[in-house]
Amino acid sequence: MFGIPGLLTLTVFLPALGALAILLFVRGDRLVRGFAFAVGLADLLLSVAVFVSFDRGDTADRFQLIDKLTWISAETLNASYLLGVDGLSAPMVLLTGLLGFCAIIASWSVKERVREYFIWLLLLQTAVMGVFTSLDFLLFFLFWELELLPMYMLIANWGTGRKTYSAMKFLIFTILGSAFMLVAIVAVFASQPSGSFDMRVLLEPGSMLSASNAAVPLSLMFWLFFAAFAVKLPTWPVHTWLPDAHTDAPTAASVMLAGVMLKMGGYGLLRVNVGMFPEEVTAFAWLLILLGVISVLYGAVVTIRQTDLKRLIAYSSVSHMGLVLVGIGSVGAAAGQVTGAGLNGAAMQLFTHGTITGLLFVGVGLIYDKAHTRYIPDLGGLAGRMPVAAAALAIAGFASLGLPGLSGFVSEILVFFGAFKAFPVMTILSVLGIILAAGYILWMLERSLFGPSRERFDSLTDASPLEAIPLVLLAASIVLVGVYPAILTEVFDTAITPMVDAINSAPVAVAGNR
Amino acid sequence: MSPHDIFLISPQLSMAGLGLLVILADLVFSRKGILTWVALIGLALPLAFTLAQLDQLTGGILGSGDQNLVAETGILHGSLAVDRFGLFFNLLVVVSLGLVFLASADYVKSLPRLRGEFFGLMLLSASGMMLLASATELIAIYVALELTTLPLVAIAAFMPNSRSSEAGMKFLIIGAISSALTLYGMALLYGFSGSTTLDGIALALGGPLRDDVPFGSYAVLVGIAVLTVGIAFKLSAIPSQMWVPDVYEGAPIPMVAFLSVASKAVAFALLLRFLYSGFLLFDADWGMLLAVLAAISMTVGNLVAIAQSNIRRLLGYSTIAHAGYILVGVAAVTQGSGISDGNGSFTTLGPSSVLFYLVAYVAANLTAFFAILAIHSRIGSDLIEEYGGVFRRFPFLAVTLALALVALIGVPPTGIFVGKIYLFLAAVKSELAWLALIGAVNSVISAYYYVRIIRVMFLSPESESVAASALGTAPVDAESSRSAASWPTLTALAVTAICTVLLGVLFGPVVEVAESAVTALPGIIAP
Repeated sequence: MFGIPGLLTLTVFLPALGALAILLFVRGDRLVRGFAFAVGLADLLLSVAVFVSFDRGDTADRFQLIDKLTWISAETLNASYLLGVDGLSAPMVLLTGLLGFCAIIASWSVKERVREYFIWLLLLQTAVMGVFTSLDFLLFFLFWELELLPMYMLIANWGTGRKTYSAMKFLIFTILGSAFMLVAIVAVFASQPSGSFDMRVLLEPGSMLSASNAAVPLSLMFWLFFAAFAVKLPTWPVHTWLPDAHTDAPTAASVMLAGVMLKMGGYGLLRVNVGMFPEEVTAFAWLLILLGVISVLYGAVVTIRQTDLKRLIAYSSVSHMGLVLVGIGSVGAAAGQVTGAGLNGAAMQLFTHGTITGLLFVGVGLIYDKAHTRYIPDLGGLAGRMPVAAAALAIAGFASLGLPGLSGFVSEILVFFGAFKAFPVMTILSVLGIILAAGYILWMLERSLFGPSRERFDSLTDASPLEAIPLVLLAASIVLVGVYPAILTEVFDTAITPMVDAINSAPVAVAGNR
Repeated sequence: MSPHDIFLISPQLSMAGLGLLVILADLVFSRKGILTWVALIGLALPLAFTLAQLDQLTGGILGSGDQNLVAETGILHGSLAVDRFGLFFNLLVVVSLGLVFLASADYVKSLPRLRGEFFGLMLLSASGMMLLASATELIAIYVALELTTLPLVAIAAFMPNSRSSEAGMKFLIIGAISSALTLYGMALLYGFSGSTTLDGIALALGGPLRDDVPFGSYAVLVGIAVLTVGIAFKLSAIPSQMWVPDVYEGAPIPMVAFLSVASKAVAFALLLRFLYSGFLLFDADWGMLLAVLAAISMTVGNLVAIAQSNIRRLLGYSTIAHAGYILVGVAAVTQGSGISDGNGSFTTLGPSSVLFYLVAYVAANLTAFFAILAIHSRIGSDLIEEYGGVFRRFPFLAVTLALALVALIGVPPTGIFVGKIYLFLAAVKSELAWLALIGAVNSVISAYYYVRIIRVMFLSPESESVAASALGTAPVDAESSRSAASWPTLTALAVTAICTVLLGVLFGPVVEVAESAVTALPGIIAP
């Protein structure tokens, strides 16, 4: 298929337009909800269109659906409005559309300041979509920062518990990361003979940054970028904002946070750190995988101790996102021997973790709305009262612990295959994290859903047809990807193959400490 | 003195004349409301003269080169430069003064006795600023500095309360100390070079350090250092920043708004003129000196701002921090292959980044102060804790103030974000990447206290002042007129808010104007 001009722009800005319309025209809580639903659905369909129309053929362009307008072309600054997708970002656009729609439905129980709420939620979706589709560094950064205020407002306004503290913590951590990124972006710009913010140029072997032109050492740029993305991912030791933000955020914000915003970090790592710094990423692969393994194990151990359902999922996210770094660590294989498996697994993990955690949070949100508690020892026996919600939670749980046939298994196995070639010991250690995952997930399901039914939950009702929509959508995508992973891997491959080629052809860097 | 000479200083003259006219009108008219409009409409005159001068330059505002309307034979030669650089700042001063007047249309009603003086003194100060941006001779510079400061000192002490008196006193004393230092520095420079024009001094400074004059070149170094301290007073940068928070807290808000943007801008104009007139060739590590000042300024300003409970004091510390950010662009003039060719020629990047940032800062800071002005006139308080519930009662004011604060953090899509990109780009290219990093980390610190204000406005429960203002029973204090801000204030606020965003999205034209303005500085290669 061929590109449709304006399709990406529409996909990105439709939610923002919806927010504007709500601000100006739509009044009344029910109408606002209905309108937001329509906007979310339309954007989901658009993102499906983007994903489907992406040409997977061997001869297709690497970047497609390009929308470009010159923004500024002064002698000193040269930026453009440049949107486009490649095999890495197309699935992310789909993920954002899917989870954005689910988040809107999961917000049905919001009763306070409904208009304001949906305005922020829709703006958030535009910002995240923008991050995944911008191919101009300046635009990328713009969207990256645009996401801050909506998320801050959602947590601080509609959250629970220590919400203002958590919101501020989230904000400061993220801004700290993006401050580093800003300097790195400026350094990247200053390091090119013909200054440009065009990512396509920087990703092209031959026109990449070279040490001889660099304004600051390339490894410094690498780590500045890494700092920004590591906060977002998050990896140990900068993960501490995540449990607080997740726990105190409203359900929809948790879904967006875990489902797509953490993926911004992983996406950035793959796009920038792996794609643009092939030498540095091979040289530092041992450090990346080390951080990844620590995140996996630390996250898993802490998760076991949690008694709050949302906090439990939050820490399990730290553990699972650590696998992204383990997958990236696969580039540390002997020179010329790097395969796409590890990177593909990392990218897959971004998508699958998005759907799995999204489903977990939607399910927990449902339980919390009805049972008014997330404290695991207080729950139990819910399966009998809420079979649909319980089934969805169980599917997500099994996918999370890597049950074959569900999507989590595919990404994990790819990550381990890829990483084992490079760092066998580290990989085996990180597999331990998956065994622990089986422990905490099964224990959580057993304590909260099964067991004897409790009297005070007798009046609980199951998910309504509307509430079941996100459960069904997300569960279906988990099963679909688990059964037929090629639907994603063949798309990811089109982006990862050129990256692997660049790494394999890069001059051998200083061998890492194995 | 020929008519042409009069034309050359017509913007400054008309500005000062307008000031006197307003004071006269104050005696004649009994309805004081008319003064606002006399002052506002009268600003068309200096604006027209500035534009007429721009028109005389080849290529107008987008031309390039160091064309100077002052002829070699004119009596103004050497003391004044009517060039694109100076005119850029003239425009900035006139436009920001016009906006401040528009925004203070309601506020001045609380000054029943001194309204004429308020406008007159502001206009006189503005004429000093315009002179400062164009002056190229030490005595003219000194006169311009004093003319800028003294009227503002008088306005700072306007209010019949002790805070205002304290503000005026502190402003006066620290101002006096810094002008004494400035004079001392100038005397040393004159003693070394035997000339009072910047060109003449630069000529004498060129070449390596000398020892055939008393105390060698070290006297000059001392002179330059002392002069920098004096200029830092106007920049509101370390080490002459002590007056800032008190004046910001105690002085009338419109004057603070004007002071915070215009006075700072022309001080940077002066600093750039000094450096580029040949001082950069002098054998001293300018970049490092200014870089250290910049780093200290922003760090101290931001750290102290965190502890503030009064929003005006907070903005006072924030302006110290911003002086630090802008100094990054000034520091990025000397080193590195990307900036200088090593033979005394420089690209436009460093100074034009300063100019762009200043424009963006004017828009954002005026937005903040206008919103504070309007909120103050409703709730009668500047305490951040009293801002609770502002969003519910006054959504427009809350949203514009939030926008301004977000802009001051440097978050896109606002002008200051673009300005920061430029500053950091200049810094990285002149091998000052560490300074860019410090600047970036500083914007994180600043986010903490700016966002705190947004949080209170949007999330905190309604404070007593806000509730009282909604009921119309707020206590009346001497400073606020209690009249809800009407359309002039809101118009000014809307204009600056829109500019703040526009500068972040469609910044191309302003960048071009800034780039061509700095080509007027000696030693800059035209693009």
